[in-house]
Amino acid sequence: MTKQNKWLWLAALFTYAFLYLPLIIVVMYSFNDSRLNAEWVGFTFKWYHILFNDEQMLVAARNSLLIGVVTSFFSTIFGTLAGVAMYKYNLRLLPVLVLTPIAIPEILMGVSLLMFFVMLNMTLGLFSVTLAHIAFCIGFVAIVVRSRLQGMDESLLEAARDLGATPIQAFRLITMPLIMPGIIAGALMAFTLSIDDFVITFFTAGAGASTLPLQIYSMIRIAVTPEVNAISTLLMLLTLALILIASKVAPSALRAK
Amino acid sequence: MSKVKSPSLAKWLISGPPLLYLVIFFAVPTLIMIFSAFRFPGEYGGLMPLVDINPDTGARELLINWQNWHEFLTLENFTRFFEDGVYVQLFIKSFWYAGLTTFFCIILAYPLAWLIARSPKKYRDLLVLLVILPFWSNFLIRVYAWMIILGPQGYFAMTVNSVLAWFGVGPQQFLFTHFAVIVVLVYVHLPFMVLPLYANLEKHDMALLDAAQDLGASAWQRFWRITWPLSLPGIWAGAALVFIPALGMFAVPDLVGGTDGIMVGNLIKQQFLDSRDWPFGSTLSIMLTATVLLLASLATLISRGRKKHD
Repeated sequence: MTKQNKWLWLAALFTYAFLYLPLIIVVMYSFNDSRLNAEWVGFTFKWYHILFNDEQMLVAARNSLLIGVVTSFFSTIFGTLAGVAMYKYNLRLLPVLVLTPIAIPEILMGVSLLMFFVMLNMTLGLFSVTLAHIAFCIGFVAIVVRSRLQGMDESLLEAARDLGATPIQAFRLITMPLIMPGIIAGALMAFTLSIDDFVITFFTAGAGASTLPLQIYSMIRIAVTPEVNAISTLLMLLTLALILIASKVAPSALRAK
Repeated sequence: MSKVKSPSLAKWLISGPPLLYLVIFFAVPTLIMIFSAFRFPGEYGGLMPLVDINPDTGARELLINWQNWHEFLTLENFTRFFEDGVYVQLFIKSFWYAGLTTFFCIILAYPLAWLIARSPKKYRDLLVLLVILPFWSNFLIRVYAWMIILGPQGYFAMTVNSVLAWFGVGPQQFLFTHFAVIVVLVYVHLPFMVLPLYANLEKHDMALLDAAQDLGASAWQRFWRITWPLSLPGIWAGAALVFIPALGMFAVPDLVGGTDGIMVGNLIKQQFLDSRDWPFGSTLSIMLTATVLLLASLATLISRGRKKHD
């Protein structure tokens, strides 16, 4: 190790600390027996108790889960089809429609969908939020599935066709099992993105529906309270669990985003 | 590629459903937004109606026709944008914020990406995962964490202020300032810079650096003449991934920026939800989209030009 390397390591360590310290602080204060996120007073589970008795928070959590599951289901179907289509055919419009929502700032999709739903006289709520979430999750699933297909060995399909498999049989018996890890990873990713989304939800939820991010937003806008630390800690645990599952199912998919 | 018997039917069966969904829920709303930028606001917010329901018959009547279209369509929103300096200024300020964010992301990401790329192969994946992991936690939580740290009772503010007190400077506020906006923007976008930069640096041929060293190049020369120019494509990719979302950010300035930390995103939100001036909100959104598309194509052009150059 040279002297320059020592400085580089120091800089890298600083960056890792910069990435992790804020989150560690949130987790730490969720166990702190004080209303203020300042001094460490003592260990407590109080904030978790308050959290589990907070009716609004529980409703928001239930909404988030519901939206997440439905979004994940439909965006996985549409996204897988889009991924396969983009891999198999030389399309023009589909790739643009799939990739642009990912590339532009989220707020643009949020406000245009808001106008769209209001013009259709739709009541803003769980349904409109879910429709919006599916729209922005399709692209992420499509990318994961397509990258999985790109890593596939084409000769397997040709062998199957030579041995007399119909295109549908070949797809069901060869392609499907091979891209399954990509599909599962895409579904988990869509679920996480949906549960996490704030901006698009903010514009399409109206007054009718609250989700966890919306609930957290309205709480931290007013004041910083340790209850938010508790729900944050739980959400981090949930995400961590999903990542562990994803890394078991499809290690390569984690690098796709 | 395997041949499908009826390619057009299969093609439509596979690409049709996602295409239809994205046309309805992405293309149509976007077109509505573009069209709305040329309309007048309604009496009670939203848009001035183009269709009226006849009170007697209940039938819908189209109000706009070839003679009176100028009563319904206008360029006023765009002239307002360019003539009132406030909006252009806010765009410039957002550019400045996003630019600073990109700059600090490069500074922080470069040593880290370089070290990961040079560390033993078996540790690389883990080190990269450690960069992505915080990014998977909820976006608002990451902003919230900084509200605690920068808040008046947080350790950061307490420490800095006690040091300042030594020099006889009064306590400073950190939350709800420009400083807070930049710090949080850097924090939430950092992984987007590390990843492309790492992907680029990993591919560098170490023999080049060895050769330069043998020929007597100093460490600084080796970096500035070899590593840095070779890493520019990674920098450009990272810059696009950081700059564009940072430019349209509304939650960060909303939560930690206070009154003078606002950006374009906040103005757009305000137009749609508070003053309910949809046409002007759409105009601002279009200007933002146009900027983003321009920047994205510029970045592609530059990186393509570089590739040809190499």
